[in-house]
Amino acid sequence: MDITRRRLLMLLPAAAVAWRYVQAGTPEAAPNYKLTEHWWGMLIDIPKCIGCGSCVRACAEENDVPEGYFRTWIERYHVADWKIERPDVESPNGGAQGFPPNEIDGKNFFVPKLCNHCVDSPCTQVCPVGATFVTPDGVVLVDKTYCLGCRYCVQACPYGCRFINPKTSTAEKCSLCYHRITKGLTTACCEVCPTGARQLADLKNPKDPIHEFLRTHTVQVLKPHMATGAKVFYNGMDGSVR
Amino acid sequence: MQIPVEGFMYPNEVELQWSILIVLYPFITGLVAGAFILASLERVFRVEAVKPTYRLALLTALSFLLVAPLPLQLHLGHPERSLEMYLTPHRSSAMAMFGFVYLWYLMAVLLLEIWLDYRRDIVEKSQSSTGVARLVYRMLTLGSINLSERSLRIDERLGYFITVIGIPSAFLLHGYVGFIFGSIKANPWWSSPLMPIVFIFSAMVSGIAAVMLLYMFSTRLRGREIDMRCLDKIAQYLFYIFVIDFSLEMLDLIQRIYEADESFRSLDFMVHTRLWVSQVVVQILLGTVLPIALLGVMQIVTVSDAFRKRIYVLAGCLTVMGIFAMRWNVVIGGQLFSKSFLGYTSYKMAFATREGLLTAIALLILPFIFLLVLVKLLPPWPDAGSVPASGATPAHGTS
Repeated sequence: MDITRRRLLMLLPAAAVAWRYVQAGTPEAAPNYKLTEHWWGMLIDIPKCIGCGSCVRACAEENDVPEGYFRTWIERYHVADWKIERPDVESPNGGAQGFPPNEIDGKNFFVPKLCNHCVDSPCTQVCPVGATFVTPDGVVLVDKTYCLGCRYCVQACPYGCRFINPKTSTAEKCSLCYHRITKGLTTACCEVCPTGARQLADLKNPKDPIHEFLRTHTVQVLKPHMATGAKVFYNGMDGSVR
Repeated sequence: MQIPVEGFMYPNEVELQWSILIVLYPFITGLVAGAFILASLERVFRVEAVKPTYRLALLTALSFLLVAPLPLQLHLGHPERSLEMYLTPHRSSAMAMFGFVYLWYLMAVLLLEIWLDYRRDIVEKSQSSTGVARLVYRMLTLGSINLSERSLRIDERLGYFITVIGIPSAFLLHGYVGFIFGSIKANPWWSSPLMPIVFIFSAMVSGIAAVMLLYMFSTRLRGREIDMRCLDKIAQYLFYIFVIDFSLEMLDLIQRIYEADESFRSLDFMVHTRLWVSQVVVQILLGTVLPIALLGVMQIVTVSDAFRKRIYVLAGCLTVMGIFAMRWNVVIGGQLFSKSFLGYTSYKMAFATREGLLTAIALLILPFIFLLVLVKLLPPWPDAGSVPASGATPAHGTS
């Protein structure tokens, strides 16, 4: 078939559409990134968090998170005196717009939450088709082109980190901004945090300051009795946090 | 739609993930397993008294089994990807095995047993009927038209063997459903090693009660006399198994109350508020204690047949309702509280949506339509063996 100018003009839009599909199915290039050299986690420094909500907003914008759902959110705890088993907790709109002034006496603090990228993640275990998986560099991801939307993983997550995206009808959660960290950037939430309360941590990198921090501070993970191997570490976490 | 929340829920927890359709899933598979166990009483354990219900129980199990995957399919975000569970199953997932357990039970147990049991009838009908019916029956023979004594004996032996395999398979089918819930460590309402066992016994209870009701209803519809020896025997088994089921559930409850772990206060509050009617009133009092009491009294006092029948109908209906409530309380109740144990959400059932009430009602009616077709095709009752009710017009034909 001879390629005439008219035929070329007719083919171009179709080729453009086809190219978009090809691009959509191709992982973003990260030529200098070596999967086996990293093991990702995060450090949350609770005393530093001021509950401004910047991280929640940045995450929503970066990852196109639908309204009313959260890949990350902030909780405000109020613990009256000795009642650490019955704290008052709130998270209006995930803390995206910050929190109204709290004039109640007692202990008040903010706790940012996100997927814990567990080593033995219950969500990965229960997925019937393996659409949710742990990458070799320790990030729990969801393949939305493969997810059935059965919601078993949402039930299995002890931390309430997962939801069903109403647009895609598939499971969704924090990806630790995998598209950014594989290019040498930090996550959107860490990027915007004004106090450095959230820090991306590469546990395989001996030069990462996380190692020094973990050695010198009292650090916990959420719900350790769940034995999920959570990799989001909390500094200065009160016993009332759940 | 604003969902009422009390206390604190993690923000993604407010919306319930598993709806009434997932309540139907264990309810329906439970009826399948229970009906099959009743059928096996006659076949394997030689409880001759329940023979009139043998075939009906098998057809009931099949009718419900055919519907069992539909609620799951309708609930999926991407139903078109459901075949991936067969093609690329994730071996560590309890749910991934559903397809295989289902297929095993459907193809290797139920269909084979029904076919072997009916083969003689099918071959005879393929020779005596005409037109489309002849064609259908000829297809159902699968080309096996040998009715020699030896051949029938093989059918009988093989059928027995399959029923023997079928009992653990029925246990596997429903125990597995219980395991899907019981293995979720994140949810203290579900997480219990007793869950599969409780599911198996409650399945037997609901299946036996359902077949008992269907037997009474179909016999009456055919204008025949109910075999009271059979009915009494079924009621007796229902009573025994119900007592075991109730004991197991109470054991679980007492253990939870006595242990009173970190989730207890939250769950206790939920039972006393949001689940009070469905759990305490409908499931425990009306759906368990009352039918057990009714069936228990029938074991020790002598009353007229007519009165006993009424009591059995009442007990059967209450039992099925109670087991449905149990499934509801497990599935819905397990999602009403926050995993932070600090708050509660609500379930707002939709009406005419894919996961709404209307769909659920349709899915509950569908097995009865299947059963009607199956009963027409493969009549489960030998006419010679049943006595026409006094004053009633005998039903003509074989069905």
